[in-house]
Amino acid sequence: MNAVEPGGELPPLCVTPDRYVTFRYAGASGDFNPIHIDDEFARSVGLPGRILHGLYTMALAARAQTEAAGGPAKLKRLAVQFRGAAVPEHEIAVASRVTGHRDGRTIVTVTVTQQGKAIIRGATAEIER
Amino acid sequence: MSASAELTPRAFPSHVYSVGREKIREYARAVGETDPLYFDVAAARAAGHADLVAPPMFAVVYAATAFEAAMCDPGLAIDLAMLLHTGQEFDWGALVIAGDEITTDIALAQDGTRIGMRFVVFHSSSRNQRGEDVCAGIWTVAVRERT
Repeated sequence: MNAVEPGGELPPLCVTPDRYVTFRYAGASGDFNPIHIDDEFARSVGLPGRILHGLYTMALAARAQTEAAGGPAKLKRLAVQFRGAAVPEHEIAVASRVTGHRDGRTIVTVTVTQQGKAIIRGATAEIER
Repeated sequence: MSASAELTPRAFPSHVYSVGREKIREYARAVGETDPLYFDVAAARAAGHADLVAPPMFAVVYAATAFEAAMCDPGLAIDLAMLLHTGQEFDWGALVIAGDEITTDIALAQDGTRIGMRFVVFHSSSRNQRGEDVCAGIWTVAVRERT
C-alpha cells in the first residue's frame, strides 16, 4: 500500500452476481427482507424486481480493499452511502482511488457501479499501511 | 409522525453472538471471498490466528440481531416494508476469530425528517470475550411514506 501514492488506483474488482446470490446472502446474513428474495413483493413496493442487499455490495467494496491491502486485519474503516439499487446478473465494478495518507493509514475513495450507475459513491476506506 | 420526532434515550438489550467456523465459511462464500484465512483452519493458524478469521463485513452477522431488535422496537414504529438502508459505517478493531463470543450494544442516535423522508440512525458497538473492541457501526435507514 505504501507504493500507491495519492491519485493512484488500487486493483479493480469486477463481479457478476448470479441469479440466486440474494438467496445465499439472505441465508448467510440473516436478512430475509422480501425486497431481496421475492420479485412480486419487490415490484409491489415500486422496485424493478428483487434487488441486491446493500450490505452485499458493501462487502464487495470491502473485499476490494482487503485483497489489495493483503488481508482482513488491514481494513480499519469503511463508510458508504447506498445510492441506488443493484440487481442480479449484471456486472458490478468496484473502483478504489487513493486520496492520501493519514495517521499510518491510507485513505481510499471507493465507487461501486453497475450498468453505468453508481450504487455506492464517495465511500471512504481506511487501510493500515 | 411529527416532522422531527423527539429523541428520547432508548436502551436496547445487549446481544451475544457465538462465532462459528461454518458460519464464517458460509458468509465468506456468499460474498465471493477466497482468502484461505476464512476457510482453512491450518492456513489461519499458520498465519498466527487461533482459528478461522471472519471477514471484516462479518460484522453484519454478529451485530444483526441487535440491529433488527432495535428497528423492530414498537416505540420506533418503523414501517419495515418501506425501509431503505441508506448508509453504513464500520470501524474495526481486533479481528474476530471462530470461537469468539461477541457482545453488541446498540443505541438510537438520530430520528428525524429530511427531504421529506424519515431518517433513523443507530450506533452499535461490539466487543469480544476479552472486552476488546472489534467493531463500531453507524447504521442509517430511511423510511419511505406509503402512497
